[in-house]
Amino acid sequence: MKSTGYSGKWLLLALPLLYLTLFYFYPLIKICLISFFPNGTWEPEKLHSLFSTSIYLKIIWFTTWQALLSTLLTLIFALPGAYIFARYNFFGKNLLQAVMTIPFVLPTVVTAAAFRALLGNNGLLNSWLVTAFDLAAPPIRIDQTFYFFVLAHIFYNYTLVLRIVGNFWAGLDPHLKSAATMLGASPTKTFFRITLPLLLPAIGSATLLIFIFCFTSFGVILILGGPGNSTIEVEIYRQAVQLFNLPMAATLSLIQICINFFLMWLHARLGKNSTIGFFGDSAQETATRTKTTLQKTIVAINLLFMILLLLSPLLALVIRSFSGKNGPTFAYYLALFTTQTRSVFSVPPISAVINSVGFGIGAMIISVGLGLLASTYLASKKGRHTTMWDAIIMLPLATSAVTLGFGYIITLNTPPLNLRDSLALVPIAHSLVAFPFVVRCILPSLRQIPDNLREAALLLGAPPLKIWQKVDIPIIKKAVATGGVFAFSISMGEFGASTFVTRPHTATIPVAIFRFLGQPGDLNYGQAMAMSTILMLVTSTAFWLIGRLDTPRPEKDIV
Amino acid sequence: MKSTRAKAGIASLLILLSFSTAAWAEKILTVMTHDSFNVSKSVIETFEKNNGATVRFMKSGDAGAALVQAILSKKNPLADVFFGVDNTFLSRALQADIFVPYNSPLLAKIPVRLQLDKTNRLLPVDYGDVCLNYDKKWFANHKISPPADLADLIKPEYMGLTVVENPATSSPGMAFLLATIGRFGEDGYIEYWKQLRKNKVIIAGGWEDAYFGHFTAASKGDRPVVVSYASSPPAVVHYSEKPLTKAPTAALVSSNSAFRQIEFAGILKGTKERKLAEKFIDFMLDIQFQEDIPLQMFVFPANTEARLPEIFIKFATVADKPAMVSPKSIETNRDKWIEAWTTAVLR
Repeated sequence: MKSTGYSGKWLLLALPLLYLTLFYFYPLIKICLISFFPNGTWEPEKLHSLFSTSIYLKIIWFTTWQALLSTLLTLIFALPGAYIFARYNFFGKNLLQAVMTIPFVLPTVVTAAAFRALLGNNGLLNSWLVTAFDLAAPPIRIDQTFYFFVLAHIFYNYTLVLRIVGNFWAGLDPHLKSAATMLGASPTKTFFRITLPLLLPAIGSATLLIFIFCFTSFGVILILGGPGNSTIEVEIYRQAVQLFNLPMAATLSLIQICINFFLMWLHARLGKNSTIGFFGDSAQETATRTKTTLQKTIVAINLLFMILLLLSPLLALVIRSFSGKNGPTFAYYLALFTTQTRSVFSVPPISAVINSVGFGIGAMIISVGLGLLASTYLASKKGRHTTMWDAIIMLPLATSAVTLGFGYIITLNTPPLNLRDSLALVPIAHSLVAFPFVVRCILPSLRQIPDNLREAALLLGAPPLKIWQKVDIPIIKKAVATGGVFAFSISMGEFGASTFVTRPHTATIPVAIFRFLGQPGDLNYGQAMAMSTILMLVTSTAFWLIGRLDTPRPEKDIV
Repeated sequence: MKSTRAKAGIASLLILLSFSTAAWAEKILTVMTHDSFNVSKSVIETFEKNNGATVRFMKSGDAGAALVQAILSKKNPLADVFFGVDNTFLSRALQADIFVPYNSPLLAKIPVRLQLDKTNRLLPVDYGDVCLNYDKKWFANHKISPPADLADLIKPEYMGLTVVENPATSSPGMAFLLATIGRFGEDGYIEYWKQLRKNKVIIAGGWEDAYFGHFTAASKGDRPVVVSYASSPPAVVHYSEKPLTKAPTAALVSSNSAFRQIEFAGILKGTKERKLAEKFIDFMLDIQFQEDIPLQMFVFPANTEARLPEIFIKFATVADKPAMVSPKSIETNRDKWIEAWTTAVLR
């Protein structure tokens, strides 16, 4: 156990790399090979249109700039929120943080329904405006526009900034700021000179994740953006499934991977150099109660914004699940829990909840385990090629779900890895997306641990494992919890490749929602909304519980 | 260290053994299908009991995605039977050569016009007409007569009333595009769509979004005309929160305005359960399964001897003369048609 040199460190990375090789690179490479050489020969004619038209160039351009804009707007709206969550305590903070994470797990069709109930042509706001101002037509028309899906991107990703940046911010030593203020720096100067540079690693992590999510956006663009707007991901699906042009789909997937890999590499490079060892004792609660009127106003404005953007669409869904033809009703819940249709695929809601939570916990355990290993390696100064490894680990996030899902079909099909129709593949596919996420959450905190802290412990004779347990873990605890929360949500919301993973009929909550939305009738729609409400309830309860475990309660004011 | 490894080895051997004994005890038939497939539990139990087998269903995405996965895995098939190739994908499935022929005796009870594959590698199981549905109440309230023909939609009084699905991402959307091609011909359909665009048609990504997101009869949407199935009106009645005596929506199946989607099933090449798979195909084409189809999948049974449930007799309609486009022509031109459509309607 004494080898802490290169060879020892390598072991940390070995397991995550083995995992990626088996469940990512192997399926991806094989599907690309089969796509490009279907009969053993290279058939370039199917790629002809890639160069003969400018359509694909336009799609790539659109994908990039909508992702940039969505990321930028999310940051602008969410950073103040992260600030108040990091620095102030207020009533219902933990619950609110739990609720803010719900959008992350909602299926796109449901999100679309929520936003339409509010902002659609016959939505709440429009009907209200039409009656209030006696208008002839609804004044707000954002359905199937650019604004609609950018709004949805902010809705989905807000919580990323709130949690990743907010938790990091809460861990920053507040005495630094006090010191700067005492030395005569203005609050603005303190923010730009001290706080912002220290926050950059966390902001960088959040920015990268949001950008990749928006870049690979599929459902949001397809449903809310309208048919005129197509991202690379939508085009990959269209080429692979509708046109059966696999070479084109594979080429577009590779283009998508390359663009993102470049960004991830850049991010990893910048992140590596931004290790500044100023970190507070995170076990100490640094948030304070709001005192001045200014503080109260800032918190109030932020909370109001969160309620308008995030809470009201969620509330609209809940209300919808209780509204029948003639006023309030429990009919949909009653139908959900009592009248089971005779179908082989219908499951009681409670089983769907159990399945979803089970997969979620599985995915969380795998990805937090792998994430801890990988980030420990990446954070260490002794690791080699960390920039490249950092970027490689992120790849699954940026890879087309269609392509990877199809890759599973043709690879994991022989013993001992005959997994393609096994239940185990579900948490594996989920954790493939969740694991890079966990790394992004943990790495900024891990890098902030000053080396001299570990060296001191080493000098005092503590073994490496003990150092890890006593020095690293307390500081990164919050970040690990954040990573865990997101891993769980990614699994609950069934992101990415899992949509294309075939499985025996094990209904999860999203599967049940889609089953109801597959056939006409208000009972079906109502039950879909009721099931969505249950999804929200289950996830927010889980987040709330994690939040309670995470925050020690002593109220401490910092002067 | 060594003993734990040995223990782990023994444990995994035991697990493997228990799996294989389970396989000996009972035959397993795997059926690969799309997400919209549905069947009653009791029906499948009959088959399982009669054949001493377990039927396992594998849902693999939408109809297109499921077929692509079946084709990709043809060297080592995921399943024994595939259900859910429709006539828009028929040619692709046959070209990929993933099915074995099976001359089921039950084909005698199925109309010849549904038997599009003369080699009997793919056998027709059900059919449904993709067509326009409209909100009866909306048209009554607004004192406009509901559309009676595809051509009505481009009239000025129908401005901003219609929502359809994108043929590039949705299977009913594709079927409706084919209806317009069958109706207006390869030379005329683009002009029709240009007119539709002028008339402010909404293009939705998929059926769920069109129906539950935009259709006035099912949501807070503002479109009283939607592309759905001729069998959607009985589904609306069947799945109503309050019992209904009349269907709130109606389907437009006038001559040449609907496209008939026929769904096929076939035995996958390389199956190790050939006999059982044949029995399952027979079972799917036989009365019990066929009579279960309407209320589970809301399409029509292919077997003419299957009786329809009352709700179908009352509220469902069948197109007498659906618009026709051959599967071969669909596969060769799909790319071209969708591209032309995209250019005319979206760009």
